[in-house]
Amino acid sequence: MLIELEKRKEPSQTMLYLTPVIAVLATMIVGGILFTLIGHNGFAAVKEIFITPIIDTHKWQDLGIKAAPLILIAVGLSIGFRANVWNIGAEGQYIVGGLAGTGIALLTWELEGWWILPLMCIAGAIGGALYASIPAFLKTKLNVNEILSSLMLTYASIQLLYYLMRGPWKDPEGFNFPQTRLFNDSQILPEIIPGTIVHLGVPLAFIIAIIAWFVMSKSIFGFQIRVVGSAPAAARYGGFSAKRTIWMAMLIGGGFAGLAGIFEAAGPFQQMVPQFPTGYGFTAIIVAFLGRLHPIGIILGGLVLAVSYVGGEIAQTSLGLPNAAAGIFQAMMLFFLLATDILVKYRLKLNVANQAGDAS
Amino acid sequence: MKLISRRNVLKSAAAASTLPLLGKSAFAMDPVKVAFVYLGPIGDHGWTFAHEQGRQAAIAKFGDAISTTIVENVAEGPDSERVIRRLAEEGNDLIFTCSFGYMNPTLKVAKRFNDVKFEHATGYKRAPNMSTYNARFHEGRAICGTIAGHMSETGTAGYIASFPIPEVVMGINAFTLAAQKVNPDFKTNVLWVNSWYDPPKEADAATALIDQGADIITQHTDSPAALRVCEERDLLAFGQSWDMTSFAPKAHLTAIMDIWGPYYIDRIQKVMDKKWESADTWWGFKEGIVALAPYNERIPANVVAEAEAIKAGIIDGSYDVFTGPIKDQSGEVRLAEGTLSDGDLLSMDWYVEGVQS
Amino acid sequence: MNDTIIISIIMTVIGASTPILLAALGELIVEKSGVLNLGIEGMMLIGAVVGFAVTLTTGFHVLGIVIAMLASTLSAMLFAYLTLTLTANQVATGLALTIFGIGISSLMGEPYVGKTIEIFSSWFPASLAEHPQLRVIFGYSPLVYLSLILTVSVSYFLKKTRAGLILRAVGESDTSAHSIGYSVIGVRYAAVAFGGAMAGLAGCYFSLVLTPLWSEELTAGRGWIALALVVFAAWKPSRLLFGAYLFGAIMTLELHAKAAGFSFIAPELLAAMPYLATIVVLALISLRKSSGLAAPACLAKPFKPST
Repeated sequence: MLIELEKRKEPSQTMLYLTPVIAVLATMIVGGILFTLIGHNGFAAVKEIFITPIIDTHKWQDLGIKAAPLILIAVGLSIGFRANVWNIGAEGQYIVGGLAGTGIALLTWELEGWWILPLMCIAGAIGGALYASIPAFLKTKLNVNEILSSLMLTYASIQLLYYLMRGPWKDPEGFNFPQTRLFNDSQILPEIIPGTIVHLGVPLAFIIAIIAWFVMSKSIFGFQIRVVGSAPAAARYGGFSAKRTIWMAMLIGGGFAGLAGIFEAAGPFQQMVPQFPTGYGFTAIIVAFLGRLHPIGIILGGLVLAVSYVGGEIAQTSLGLPNAAAGIFQAMMLFFLLATDILVKYRLKLNVANQAGDAS
Repeated sequence: MKLISRRNVLKSAAAASTLPLLGKSAFAMDPVKVAFVYLGPIGDHGWTFAHEQGRQAAIAKFGDAISTTIVENVAEGPDSERVIRRLAEEGNDLIFTCSFGYMNPTLKVAKRFNDVKFEHATGYKRAPNMSTYNARFHEGRAICGTIAGHMSETGTAGYIASFPIPEVVMGINAFTLAAQKVNPDFKTNVLWVNSWYDPPKEADAATALIDQGADIITQHTDSPAALRVCEERDLLAFGQSWDMTSFAPKAHLTAIMDIWGPYYIDRIQKVMDKKWESADTWWGFKEGIVALAPYNERIPANVVAEAEAIKAGIIDGSYDVFTGPIKDQSGEVRLAEGTLSDGDLLSMDWYVEGVQS
Repeated sequence: MNDTIIISIIMTVIGASTPILLAALGELIVEKSGVLNLGIEGMMLIGAVVGFAVTLTTGFHVLGIVIAMLASTLSAMLFAYLTLTLTANQVATGLALTIFGIGISSLMGEPYVGKTIEIFSSWFPASLAEHPQLRVIFGYSPLVYLSLILTVSVSYFLKKTRAGLILRAVGESDTSAHSIGYSVIGVRYAAVAFGGAMAGLAGCYFSLVLTPLWSEELTAGRGWIALALVVFAAWKPSRLLFGAYLFGAIMTLELHAKAAGFSFIAPELLAAMPYLATIVVLALISLRKSSGLAAPACLAKPFKPST
């Protein structure tokens, strides 16, 4: 073979940081070509989707709002992924967290006070964590594959949402439209930058990500997670219980996702509606990978994906591109990242020598 | 950067428009910028398509005096708020948001952008810069019901409905009452699909209703899927929001057509004349925003005549489908005599006898 | 209830079950070889839009189906290259494929919204296909009969052919299969290709039979039900058939019960049933390890030959 993959002595740090950048650039180029082939103005599409959200300062608030739930969920998931616990059901945990917080809001809709909002958020986190405990239980007690169980639970949670929206939680004054009451002023995340729609959940997500960074890199817990993930046998010798790690990983992942859920419900939505599942739980998986399972990388990855979302909406109004077009770019970024990932462990080598007798 | 410069242009245009008062030669007015937010794709050939025809009518009337923007497939929820806000930021003067579910998002944006005027279709919340508008579709339903009463052999209609909001409920009731005037035993079987536009689900619903005995299908959802099912099964159906004959030449009897053109032209004119005020408009056959698609040839002449007579009666006020006595599903008399008021209709949450909801 | 209604319901159930049966058959082979492809929904949509577009342009359903299967297989090959050759994470790649499929089908399908085609209906003569009683046997789209033929074929392939044995070996113990001399990667590539083709076929059912229209996300999550079905069937084709019709019946029942006026079970609970039932099955499988019902041992693990 002319171009061969040769295993490196140790993973290349440069490539680790470079590959996400390569992935984004490649997506812009190939995506632009793809769109042009389909008949749209590929160059304009790429510009509107990737460049405009960054240079138009009006859009920065939207970037923050879109990035926050992605970052929050991804940080939680990344802790699990590092421990080889594959929680794919973050979307379900996000929904259940949102529902739990909404439940509190509906119970207290006639009350007011500073304590209501924190209570909603705690309920959200607990709700998500409880929902994640189901796959955790199934995995630790019955060795059920957590990918499949958490995924199935996601679709069950969507039906739960629909049931509540069409029945018990319908707004009695809403003329039978399937949605809850609007949250009252004590139940909405406050705007922290006046004149914008940036709500409290946005900086909180970033802060939580940074705290997670410290915990993962400096604490025993963080060390434990990483060892269990990369060297399970060594972990057992070291006394780290695999079962406890699975529980911690799922509960954290579920708790963060549930918190992101209530932040979204109390921030941008300000009520619960059937359209609540926006797919952040799945996109967060892309963010986690793009950020190399590292909180700082995840912050950057979350912003990149937020750009693609906001840019997609811009392209919808200015170019008439369907909203789903953003998904194409998001998927491509992951494809390119996954493709170039191999360059971290392997090096490209050109074989100039003759190939006769080549024992590959 | 494009946005900022456009806003500057708008500001200087506003300043320039005061100059004619100083006796200078009149500057050409900057075109009024109108935007439309659509729930579905224009290709739905139904609800969204009808709004699009309204926009085209406005363009035909005003030409260069207006410039329009559309955004399709905008999901109800916070995403719609972002789209509406962006349209307001881009300097639009008048924004039409064409679905019930945009109500709260439109209101939120309206509160932030006091200079922009908003028109929300089929809602009930208003603001000084936000109007609502709707059409008396139930007038059209009465005609469809009459035709159904004559044409259905099993005496059972299938009704594919979206959400049990008053607008949908009054449509179901109007249809059933009109059918029962022809056939007192007429029944309407309703299936809720919990969506305005979901072709596979609508097709499934049509199949289920047919399996349960309906031989004529009508809907308050936006795609032609049910019509295709009826065409395939050799049954009867009504289109929704526009003439859907092309999807089901044999099955399509007629359709209620939403003619938004006259309303859009009226509101845009008011913006131009600076006479726009927040209002709640509910027009019908008389004002020309509800119309009927051409009758299918298979409808007998006497049925067509009756339908036309009812339409004339609605226009001159002598016919109201909601005339007492009207009983509800439990047999209780809801209206002994007279007719129902607009308020009664807009809060309707009960079904007439013969409706299986 | 007279027999017309019963026959109608049977036909509706079979209609609803066929696409998930087709997609699940494909994913069954894929998972038997040790690969987990979560991109079913994306591949189905690609198949649906391409099938619709080609049929609309040429007027030939069969041509539309063939080209749709090619397109979906191509997308599956992208997945295969990333996961098998470049050893990328299968879960992430599969999810990316789904998101990609949803997006690209939306984009490609735009010009086709609002257009319609002839339904791909039964090839039997009208006297049989529309006969009030006999239509329950002869009234289906060719894709339905194909799905039954494929079920039998896949079952036979896995149990009675050498190639099927190799496939199962690769899924249960890839290092052993490799040391005997079989190309693990090659077998898995073939399996993934088959899975892609079947997903595309399933997608065509939606746009050519169920509703002869195109709309965004036409498949409405059936790809995930197909995934659940493979697990529910404990990776056995015979149980797959049973499970497909069971899930199809549940989905149909949801609407029929409402239409008939029965609403004692919340429709949302019915809709959640396939997923909840799958979790129960997963738990049961794990409890009864000895009965031979288990996930392929190498499922979702990349193959790393120690050369």
